[in-house]
Amino acid sequence: MTTSNEVVQQAAAQEYKYGFITDIEAESTPPGLNEDIVRWISAKKEEPEWLLEWRLRALRHFLTLLEKEQLPAWANVSYPPINFQDIIYYSAPKSRPESLEEVDPEILETYRKLGISLDEQKLLAGVAVDAVFDSVSVATTFKTELAKQGIIFGSFSDAVREHPDLVRKYLGSVVPYTDNFYASLNAAVFTDGSFCYIPKGVRCPVDLTTYFRINAAGTGQFERTLIIADDDSYVSYLEGCSAPMRDENQLHAAVVELVTEENAEIKYSTIQNWYPGDANGKGGIYNFVTKRGRCEGRNSKISWTQVETGSAITWKYPSVILKGDNSIGEFYSVALTKGHQQADTGTKMVHIGKNTRSTIISKGISAEHAENTYRGQVKVMPNADNARNITRCDSLLIGDQCGAHTTPYVEVRNNSAKLEHEAYTSRVSEDQLFYCNQRGISLEDAQALVINGFCKEVFSKLPFEFAVEATRLLEVNLEGTVG
Amino acid sequence: MTTQNIPVSNLDQYIAAFEGLEQNGAAQDPAWLRQLRLDAFHRFTELGFPTARRGNEEWKYTDVGPLAKTAFQSPASTAVPVLDFQSVQPFTYGGATGNRIVFVNGAYSESLSSVARHPESLTLAPFSQALSLDGDLVQRHLGKNADYKEQAFVALNTAFLHDGALVHVPEGAVVEEPVLILHLSADGKDTVTHPRTLVVAAKDSKVTILESYGGLADGAYFANAVTEIILEPGAEVRHYRMQRQSEQAYHVATTSVTLSEGSSYTSVALDMGGKLTRNNLNALVAGEGASCVLNGAYLVTGRQHVDNQVIIDHASPHTTSRELYKGVLDGRSQAVFHGSIIVQRGAQKVDAKQEDRNLLLSDHCEADTRPAFWIYADDVKCAHGASSGKLDDDALFYLKSRGLDEQEARSLLTKGFVHDITATIAHESIRAHTEAAVSGWLEKL
Repeated sequence: MTTSNEVVQQAAAQEYKYGFITDIEAESTPPGLNEDIVRWISAKKEEPEWLLEWRLRALRHFLTLLEKEQLPAWANVSYPPINFQDIIYYSAPKSRPESLEEVDPEILETYRKLGISLDEQKLLAGVAVDAVFDSVSVATTFKTELAKQGIIFGSFSDAVREHPDLVRKYLGSVVPYTDNFYASLNAAVFTDGSFCYIPKGVRCPVDLTTYFRINAAGTGQFERTLIIADDDSYVSYLEGCSAPMRDENQLHAAVVELVTEENAEIKYSTIQNWYPGDANGKGGIYNFVTKRGRCEGRNSKISWTQVETGSAITWKYPSVILKGDNSIGEFYSVALTKGHQQADTGTKMVHIGKNTRSTIISKGISAEHAENTYRGQVKVMPNADNARNITRCDSLLIGDQCGAHTTPYVEVRNNSAKLEHEAYTSRVSEDQLFYCNQRGISLEDAQALVINGFCKEVFSKLPFEFAVEATRLLEVNLEGTVG
Repeated sequence: MTTQNIPVSNLDQYIAAFEGLEQNGAAQDPAWLRQLRLDAFHRFTELGFPTARRGNEEWKYTDVGPLAKTAFQSPASTAVPVLDFQSVQPFTYGGATGNRIVFVNGAYSESLSSVARHPESLTLAPFSQALSLDGDLVQRHLGKNADYKEQAFVALNTAFLHDGALVHVPEGAVVEEPVLILHLSADGKDTVTHPRTLVVAAKDSKVTILESYGGLADGAYFANAVTEIILEPGAEVRHYRMQRQSEQAYHVATTSVTLSEGSSYTSVALDMGGKLTRNNLNALVAGEGASCVLNGAYLVTGRQHVDNQVIIDHASPHTTSRELYKGVLDGRSQAVFHGSIIVQRGAQKVDAKQEDRNLLLSDHCEADTRPAFWIYADDVKCAHGASSGKLDDDALFYLKSRGLDEQEARSLLTKGFVHDITATIAHESIRAHTEAAVSGWLEKL
């Protein structure tokens, strides 16, 4: 006999199709956070002394914050206190492959199910993939192809071994370990992630992709990504993620740092689809991420595009520090929350250089019992002559039990700066639905159509394959919310 | 989230002042008022001043540390200066009305006031009279709208609540002549006053309130005002405010407005004075069909700091709000605007618009804007906008090509910028007087 509870569970299971668990042998640390764990992780990764020292400084800072209870409390999200001693900070498949052929078939199967091919055939699609499984990178495709052009792309651990000077120069230069609570935690215990360096004058011929997968129970994922685009270079970087469905909440506290030198451009796209928890709000990933880019050189550009559909809680503000004169920062975001999801997301644009420009387009969709907050800051420093910002942050509400909030901060300290901010909140209008209905389009399709139109400005910024995926993801997620 | 405030550093002084109040005649106040004061004072000692810099969102851009550290004295009741109407006239909207109540250093000035007691049309009275003659009415509303339990400055005001102004417009009455409430600080020094005003507009009544604050002498005095306005069903209140304190003064004003069904409230505020000004305007839109318009202009220069916090809480369906604030900043001034529109669960068909625009005349000023939404109902239309910039070069060039000099052109464009606010004053002579005040300010730049 199926109880109504089971029916609910089945329904939830249908909606999140990446919730399977891969059964592989893993090597893990015991739960807990202390110097020994940090030393163990560092030793495991054969890290140089300076990096261990850096981690330990971060750990001490984190423990001080924890002791003083200086947890970030300003976000419009609520969750029970996290016991940081209960988390497993390192879990990795036992065998570390030397080449793609040696990757555990179970893991390859996992990525096949997720639709991420690690086969070199993917060359046709023009995407290079770095796959991160729990705490370590398991495979990177096309490494050698890219190396011919001088592009370094691979796991963070490899980069620490092979390019320590580059890592040392840039690590923590955009997000220092003292930046915020979760960035401190990440700096102490980060395990792997992607590292990417585009040399001077090189336009990266393929999109670089990292796919993050949380598999083991009780673990947190703390990856660190560092992308450096040297003078006159360009790279488009994509990031995807998923996790099994578990009743417990798992912590994901990543740090992403981007640096662009003169005339360089980084385009960073994310589809965030961590497990959001079941229909009753049980389980799901706490996605507490610090992402920040610094336009170091003149005329450089950093563009963030994100589609946030997963996670029980999202706490994420991809930001740009516009330091170089004439530099450009962009933020395009769609954040969809439903069920009992909570999202507090937005961006921060800090104008330091002259003639710097930024654009913010944010679309929040809130359905069922979800809470969706846009929180953004635009800051114009006294020397940022002729800075320019345009912000649009719109929200759509579906159902009368959800919440949609907008809380922008605009700080101007230069009178030649020109800033415009606009926002509106509404629901899908009855007129639009009626128009579609009378053209023979069903209510559900009409709603999807209107919502896709609402998000179009952002989707159009995504690389083609991602845009298709994003559109589909939105439709799947909104199934059954009409009415 | 709770913010940690530092304890009141000169608490002894406040305790002494609180005890001194009772010795200065306040002991004769009714028991309920004495209890209210006691509760509020107790709450104030718990809350302290909102000086915490960490996680203190409500006071993120405004540091009241200097205010909290200053040992303000209560003005001596014996030292109320004798003033003639001529000297206060600049603060009276040009002497626009005969309904007038004036407080000097917190004390009711009988000679400058011209109060009214017409049971069928208007009661304008100081609390000293109203507590005995209109006791039930005052008790029913006083302290019920402005929240002393959460807001430190309201708690402080309520703790020292002794005199103040009552405006009562009975059911159906239409008061043609505006009602002026004037609070003056006359002797500069480090004195503190707690101006208090209660306006009750009964069912289907109509009234225009002029609220004016000013300083007759330079000095770092502190005015901590609280105004409560209650609109019963169908009532219509127009509320025009002008703040011209000394440029060394601290001015903190909290206005709490409660709107019932079908009522309508319009507020136009002009802030020009004060070294540090903080206005809290809270409108609780608590009845279907109610609407409010909240407009304001702030003109600051030198090292002035002005902070407008406007919260519109739509607690009922079918309610509307319109909000437009504009700032002109010169010198090294700083202006803060934080507007929140809350739409509560079930408050469908709310239509709300909010806008803040800043004009930065100098290279060294700072404008911080936070237009925020907190929305819990889906069938709503809410929009907000914010912008910031300097005078348009093309517009300046156009005017100069028509023969205006730089100064005239800038002044004209700035006046035009503020005009959007002053033009919403319905009463002609009050509008003219407000515009003249803006022009006067511009001329001094």
